[in-house]
Amino acid sequence: MGETETGGETLRARHVLEYPFRRSLGPILERFFTGLTEQRFVGSRLDDGRVVVPPAEFDPVTAAALGADRLTEVGPGGVVTTWTWVGAPGPKHPLDRPFAWALIRLDGADAPFLHAVDVAQESAMRTGLRVKPRWAAAPVGSIRDVACFEAEA
Amino acid sequence: MADPVKSIVTPIRLEYDYTPGRATSRFLRGIARHCILGQECPKCHKVYVPPRGSCPACAVPTEREVEVRDTGTVVTFSIIRVPSENIHFELPYAAISVLLDGAGIPFFHVVQDIPLDQVRMGLRVRARWVATEALAPTIASIECFVPSGEPDAPWESFREHS
Repeated sequence: MGETETGGETLRARHVLEYPFRRSLGPILERFFTGLTEQRFVGSRLDDGRVVVPPAEFDPVTAAALGADRLTEVGPGGVVTTWTWVGAPGPKHPLDRPFAWALIRLDGADAPFLHAVDVAQESAMRTGLRVKPRWAAAPVGSIRDVACFEAEA
Repeated sequence: MADPVKSIVTPIRLEYDYTPGRATSRFLRGIARHCILGQECPKCHKVYVPPRGSCPACAVPTEREVEVRDTGTVVTFSIIRVPSENIHFELPYAAISVLLDGAGIPFFHVVQDIPLDQVRMGLRVRARWVATEALAPTIASIECFVPSGEPDAPWESFREHS
């Protein structure tokens, strides 16, 4: 329980509920996150030939297990397929200034991938924008190894 | 190839303002005065601690305020072996459901100063409060419960609650 006001009839306190779950990745997603530490995007090829990123452990249509032989590298560049503007970033957001959450179809992939795009203002965002990753200075094996995406020069 | 990444931490965080309402606010202000307040149901006469302002069984407001004692009976317990950032007790420790004398429902706290294999249903305990100058409107003003040294309470006296 945080600070408690003592004025007024009813009290009010700031509560924080946080579960720091640690999730095991398994043999497929392990390759995706390890790839991020090497500045590579690892996706996988589904039974119908489509490529998804992050890689799938099971085919979403046939439900067949997808092995490591299906892994394939995509990106690093991509195209924005849709986006939304975050005018007031929260404390856990990847950027401390206004930015866009975007679905980005990485080159070679058939399904989009969610990440932040850092542009100067909302008017600079558009569907079809070509973007590239800005890698974090010190990779740790997390989605935050991609600091954000930015417009291609 | 880099060292494989075997796991990731995915925190789920919720930050919010909690308003306990009038009845529980009075309870918390009582705690800051070293006093444990409950409310009695006018129909079934059960004393709710902490009070929520109504009796869920009779669906009537509970207006009569009663002070309960800071001694009580352990009605059930659990040994906690998993750490939590906001819990400062040394692991393992015993979380208890304690029926305070004068209360009609038990509430949760921690018992200390007793070997874990001696924590039991019926154990008589009393609250250990923080220093008077540290009293505040939070349940943390009760540091923990400790054995009171009285003989165990008979099963019949708390069977409804265990």
